[in-house]
Amino acid sequence: MAQRYTSDILIQNGRVVRPGMPTMTANVLIQSGTVVGIRRGIKASAKCVVIDAKGKLVCPGFIDLHTHLREPGFEYKETIQTGSAAAVAGGFTTICCMPNTNPVNDNKVVTEFILGKARLAGLARVLPIGAITTRLDGDELAMIGELASAGCVALSDDGYPVSSSLIMRRAMEYAKALGLTIVDHCEDRELSKHGVMHEGLVSTTLGLLGIPSAAEDVMVARDIALAEMTGCRLHLAHVSTAGAVRLVREAKARGVPITAEACPHHFILTDEAVGEFDTQAKVNPPLRAESDVQAIRAGLSDGTIEVIATDHAPHASEEKEQGFDRAPFGITGLETALGLTLSLVEDGVLDLESAVGALTSNPAKAFGLEGGDLREGRTADITIVDPKEEWVVDPSTFRSKGRNTPFAGRKLKGRVVTTIVGGEVVFSTNEKP
Amino acid sequence: MPSSSRHKQAIRSTKAPLDSSQEGWIAGKDLLTIKALDARDIELIIDTATAFHEVAGRAMKKVPVLRGKTIANLFIEPSTRTRTSFELAAKRLSADVVNLSGGSSSIMKGESLVDTGRALECMGVDLVVIRHSAAGAAHTLARTLKAGVVNAGDGAHEHPTQALLDLFTIRACGKNVAGLRVVMIGDITRSRVARSNIHLLTKLNANVCVVGPPTMIPPHIEKLGVSVSYDLESALKGAELVMILRVQHEREQRSLFPNVQEYARFYGVTRERLALASPDVLVLHPGPMNRGIEIATEVADGLSSVILDQVANGIAVRMAVLYLLVATRETTKGVGVTR
Repeated sequence: MAQRYTSDILIQNGRVVRPGMPTMTANVLIQSGTVVGIRRGIKASAKCVVIDAKGKLVCPGFIDLHTHLREPGFEYKETIQTGSAAAVAGGFTTICCMPNTNPVNDNKVVTEFILGKARLAGLARVLPIGAITTRLDGDELAMIGELASAGCVALSDDGYPVSSSLIMRRAMEYAKALGLTIVDHCEDRELSKHGVMHEGLVSTTLGLLGIPSAAEDVMVARDIALAEMTGCRLHLAHVSTAGAVRLVREAKARGVPITAEACPHHFILTDEAVGEFDTQAKVNPPLRAESDVQAIRAGLSDGTIEVIATDHAPHASEEKEQGFDRAPFGITGLETALGLTLSLVEDGVLDLESAVGALTSNPAKAFGLEGGDLREGRTADITIVDPKEEWVVDPSTFRSKGRNTPFAGRKLKGRVVTTIVGGEVVFSTNEKP
Repeated sequence: MPSSSRHKQAIRSTKAPLDSSQEGWIAGKDLLTIKALDARDIELIIDTATAFHEVAGRAMKKVPVLRGKTIANLFIEPSTRTRTSFELAAKRLSADVVNLSGGSSSIMKGESLVDTGRALECMGVDLVVIRHSAAGAAHTLARTLKAGVVNAGDGAHEHPTQALLDLFTIRACGKNVAGLRVVMIGDITRSRVARSNIHLLTKLNANVCVVGPPTMIPPHIEKLGVSVSYDLESALKGAELVMILRVQHEREQRSLFPNVQEYARFYGVTRERLALASPDVLVLHPGPMNRGIEIATEVADGLSSVILDQVANGIAVRMAVLYLLVATRETTKGVGVTR
């Protein structure tokens, strides 16, 4: 996405929020797509575009480690174009897309296709995640080296997690040499078989088969043991149980190279959101009990979980309108993530800098990516947020094709007003979409 | 005049009351769950069923209260007994009845349940009785239709008319449900009959104990107001009502129990075990029975068994539900487009 900038930009009088640094009011000057100055009193030159950020937060561009873009193969759910439009509207300048497309991203042709489409869209940076095994079938390793060379930044069989501990061991050993992070959706698919929601009082009342918390916990325990043995960097996707948080906390204390992410729906909602068979609340891992939600919030608070990711999973309305048993799992998340994350600041779970860190520097570190910070000399990927704006989630206004969200009608505080990628304004609430 | 006696009179005079002042469940259009009913709703249905039960004893088993109304039996999951019961109930109320089954309907051609329901509604169907293997199917239909919906069993969720006919049967035997010691035996996790009965019996303050191997007891079931036991014999001591659930062969049963012999050994209700219960115990089973597995033949056919009464009472209870939901409402007009 080089050389796209059209002019220099001066972001005036915003509060610059950077993880690990005190928030300060300053001007940010961008020249030729690069941040060249962050300090008070920088004056605009004649050719500068000036963005007034008074009362706004100027943050590093958000990075989502967990996005489903659906293309190739499921363009009726989402395309790389609509998905990256949703991303920048949600403040994400970089999104990492999962390989469960059709064909699966298990070879460089698919990787290159995704990167090509993303360039055409010209919005967010799209970084593909390659498959661990061919066709995500868990049997044989995908061409991991080729995927890495083509531009994949991590590996995952997300949604179809590798059942064989031996294959997972080999994948970790192999990935380690290439410096790739393995991302695992932790689910023992025997234990979760036929389950459609969290196994608890709500599933008991509704007569729906449950996915027990243990289905996640046993795989987290296995993966930790394998990461410890192989030394491979492991990232745990969408942690949903108190047990998983406890295992991660304990493993980190021992120095196991792991990172973990939580999704907004898992730190906000419980299985009660399913109500009377509301498929908008059908997601995998499922919305769990209040004690799990509290454990995830505690994990975010003490740094056990350092990344907030969306698991943006758009589906067509008619798919979600099937019965609860048949409707697909998933929540559209890119455009609501910021407001939901800022509720953690409101609730005192995270301070503002840590909340921004969970969306920026921490995800960058988990995958070893550039970016995620806001410093002189760095590429200008910047998200400007109005922390006070209150708005009501209306899925019909989403840039994503997905309308599937349990947050429809919810009032959120904090909204992205401008998104800058490589020095170019790619989203602004001042412009009509 | 209390509403139940008003309905009784209406049945006698064969004229449906059109009264929009009703409250509670009856103000709605559907019967989806027992969970949503309160004690007053339950009494209204049982009282109305009592009036209809008398009709079954007549030589002419028909009342014209639903003449001109149309009821569709949409049985996506196969069922003979429940469908027949609903069909007879509707016919005895003089409604027109159409039967659609999973095998013959356009559902097989991939049409969604909601589209099928809308099509029926456009043909002037006043109420759809639905049986479906997926929990929540009746809710899905009810949300989209203006016509009424009766849940005739949705997956492992609820089967409200079964619980109501069980209550009718218990009452007919002169039992008071409040304080009644009830033992429910079988696969509670996968039983809609169990769920509906747990809601109904606990609403009426019975003492309910669910019994089965731990593989068949769902988590947090005690939060629904029941106790749990894994020991049938100790649970049966002093029981006044024994509700036996069918061991389901047709559903996913892998590793719930080693085999049916072992199930019968620990959880089969035999004459010897039943002797531990109260002398005037009632034995209920929603059918169809697996004789020799969950219930011994001498128990099924014994003096305590009211299993055949359940079947007979089912028609009266379903007549009551259909009548209460359809007779008091305006007839659905077939809505075609006129240009």
